[in-house]
Amino acid sequence: MIWAVLIATGTVVATGIYLALSRDLFRCLIGLALLGNGINLVLFSSGRLNTQVPPIIKQAETTLHNAANALPQALVLTAIVISFALLCFSLVLAVRIIQLSGNDDILAIRQAEPPATDSIKPALEEEP
Amino acid sequence: MTSRAHIAEVFMRGLYPVLIIASFWMLLRGHNAPGGGFIAGLMAVAASSAYALIFNSSKASKKMPLLPARLSVSGVLVALASGLPAVFQGLPYLSHPWWTLSLGGFKLSLSTVMLFDLGVYLAVWGAIGGICLHLIETIEENL
Amino acid sequence: MILPVAPLLVPLGTSLLCTLTSNSVQLQRKISLLGSLLLLGTAIVLGVQVADHQSISLASGSWPLPFGIEVVVDRLGALLVFVAALMVLICTLWQMGDVDPAHSSFFYPLLHGLVAGSCAAFIAADLFNLYVWFEVALICSLGLLAQGGTLKHLDATLKYFALNLVGTLLLLTAVALLYGATGHLNFNALAMSVQYVNPAIMQAVTGLLILAFLVKAAAFPFFAWLPASYHTLPAPSLALFSALLSKIGICALIRTLSSIFHPSPEPLLSMLGIIAVLSMIVGVLGAAYHWDLRRILAFHSISQVGYMLLAMALSTRAGDAAAIFFALHHSLVKAGLFLCAAMIFKLSGHYDLRKVGGLYAEKPGLAAIFLLLALSLVGIPPFSGFWGKYLIVRECLVQGEYLWAFLALLVGALTFYSMMKIWLEAFWKPHPSAGWQAAKIVKPIPVTTGLCLLSVIILAIGLFPEPLIGFVNDAANHLRGHAP
Repeated sequence: MIWAVLIATGTVVATGIYLALSRDLFRCLIGLALLGNGINLVLFSSGRLNTQVPPIIKQAETTLHNAANALPQALVLTAIVISFALLCFSLVLAVRIIQLSGNDDILAIRQAEPPATDSIKPALEEEP
Repeated sequence: MTSRAHIAEVFMRGLYPVLIIASFWMLLRGHNAPGGGFIAGLMAVAASSAYALIFNSSKASKKMPLLPARLSVSGVLVALASGLPAVFQGLPYLSHPWWTLSLGGFKLSLSTVMLFDLGVYLAVWGAIGGICLHLIETIEENL
Repeated sequence: MILPVAPLLVPLGTSLLCTLTSNSVQLQRKISLLGSLLLLGTAIVLGVQVADHQSISLASGSWPLPFGIEVVVDRLGALLVFVAALMVLICTLWQMGDVDPAHSSFFYPLLHGLVAGSCAAFIAADLFNLYVWFEVALICSLGLLAQGGTLKHLDATLKYFALNLVGTLLLLTAVALLYGATGHLNFNALAMSVQYVNPAIMQAVTGLLILAFLVKAAAFPFFAWLPASYHTLPAPSLALFSALLSKIGICALIRTLSSIFHPSPEPLLSMLGIIAVLSMIVGVLGAAYHWDLRRILAFHSISQVGYMLLAMALSTRAGDAAAIFFALHHSLVKAGLFLCAAMIFKLSGHYDLRKVGGLYAEKPGLAAIFLLLALSLVGIPPFSGFWGKYLIVRECLVQGEYLWAFLALLVGALTFYSMMKIWLEAFWKPHPSAGWQAAKIVKPIPVTTGLCLLSVIILAIGLFPEPLIGFVNDAANHLRGHAP
């Protein structure tokens, strides 16, 4: 079990990093989302992977026996919701950027930081 | 869209209230059985989305108690406010005191947890419902 | 039993109410102003409370610790909440004037959401809670950045998003590994249990955590998101950004280094010192290259973050106290400078120094306030920056780090160059076009009130620093607990 989770985590994180380093806007964002999911797996496995019993106290008992740790599951759920919100936002952002610029190459979109034209003084910017 | 599915429309008119009541039942069931605000909210979203698919998104939006964004914000406000009664009893914020109501023969346990769950229900219905209706709206525009 | 969470509830409630009233800007303004005043009141009450009893805490929902979600307001938290409240008040006031305001019905909800996220991060007492509030602040600041809507704004948002997300994921990894190693997330419980974990593992996890906070604080190799995005914002929102966002990282770093992982591993501390010095130098050199007011000031933020990291890298009580003092001073002064930049933009229509000038003759009052803030940033006595740098340099000398002390002073001189560049170009030199007339500010009262309030507080800190220095010393003592 631990080896399966380890290999899965490693694969997802490696794929995520590879895609996140891409110049293609969508690949970059999908990569970041995958990276987030890989790290969610790490978070999930931090509660140990030794049992499949759900953490519900049976009737007429007062303690848990040999149950899974519920806390990392709650943490993962929160992290998933947050990363879902961020993914939604980033995809909308990407669509808008591609609509406005007509380009999905990150290196071609340099509106916020235009490349230097002069080594002593930066170029004058047009104010709105 | 010009073509209308009459059978589905008639069916949906009757189904919508049933789905909303079912989601509300799921909300109340969460009291001490599996269920609760989040799942119930998702059921309500399913009802709204089905309504939007058969009629259209603006009609489905009118069927919701408030506009989606306002609905979710009111939900969060209700959830935040549900922590306040405990403060007046001298307990930490978000503690949930329980009261037992005797109604003749059987006892009804009430708690501010219900209020919190109701807030979650409204927030989920508003937020995710809003996103779904918006998506359906973009599909309608492209048709 | 609600006071410790009030710094979270007040701005969150304000944000939600502002969303409900999104069709009336007038109403939003009133709610926003009321919410800011209420937060300021809360911050003052909290300040009085923590001055009496070290810290006040609350485990929400009466869950037993260390399992419940706990918030603790200590002196550090109360001080930063006060800064946040003051800044959101001034930002709201500026929205009522006509100096570079944001035009969107989502501005107020996002603004208060950002304040709620950062205030909650200042008072969070467990790591996962800290992560969640980091995210809330991140999402709200993304919204504020994207509001501009042009390609420039969206490009800046994308860079801000991608780089901050990497920091967030590093933080989440560190949380996971730390929970795996200790079984705790609550700060107090962590501080007690880390000593039983293998030091080699602990060093790696602490390093990861520090790395995550350094990304958030915009320190040397990870600062790229800050100069890529800050300059696209309207200056009043920028004042709030510079006062809060990097401080979340700094606050978390102070807590981690001084109260959880204490004593911190020596190699990590010397690394932090090197990063601090590099941030100071790179930031100030980047500022020297630029001519856009907002870009200059954004680069100075990186350099000033370097000072705070330097104070933390010394890892002593006096070092922590100096870092907290400097964080407070920097929030106020940098916000004031951004507001001055907004005034310059309003009066002459440009943020670029090559296109402005002659403002000394037009607005001597503004020139005086700018000079006060600039000299305070440089660290000229008797302004607040002098005391901040004095505390840091003195502690460097006490610890025998003469090189660090020398570099801190050198960077001060370079800061002086940048500030004098702004002064000479914007105020002293005549305006490049002969027939230029300063634009008229139609609603000057809220704008002037905000700026004057800020300058008076900065001047007061500069002239009477003892109460504040005493307060931050107590804060640092409380953070370090009984450890030597």
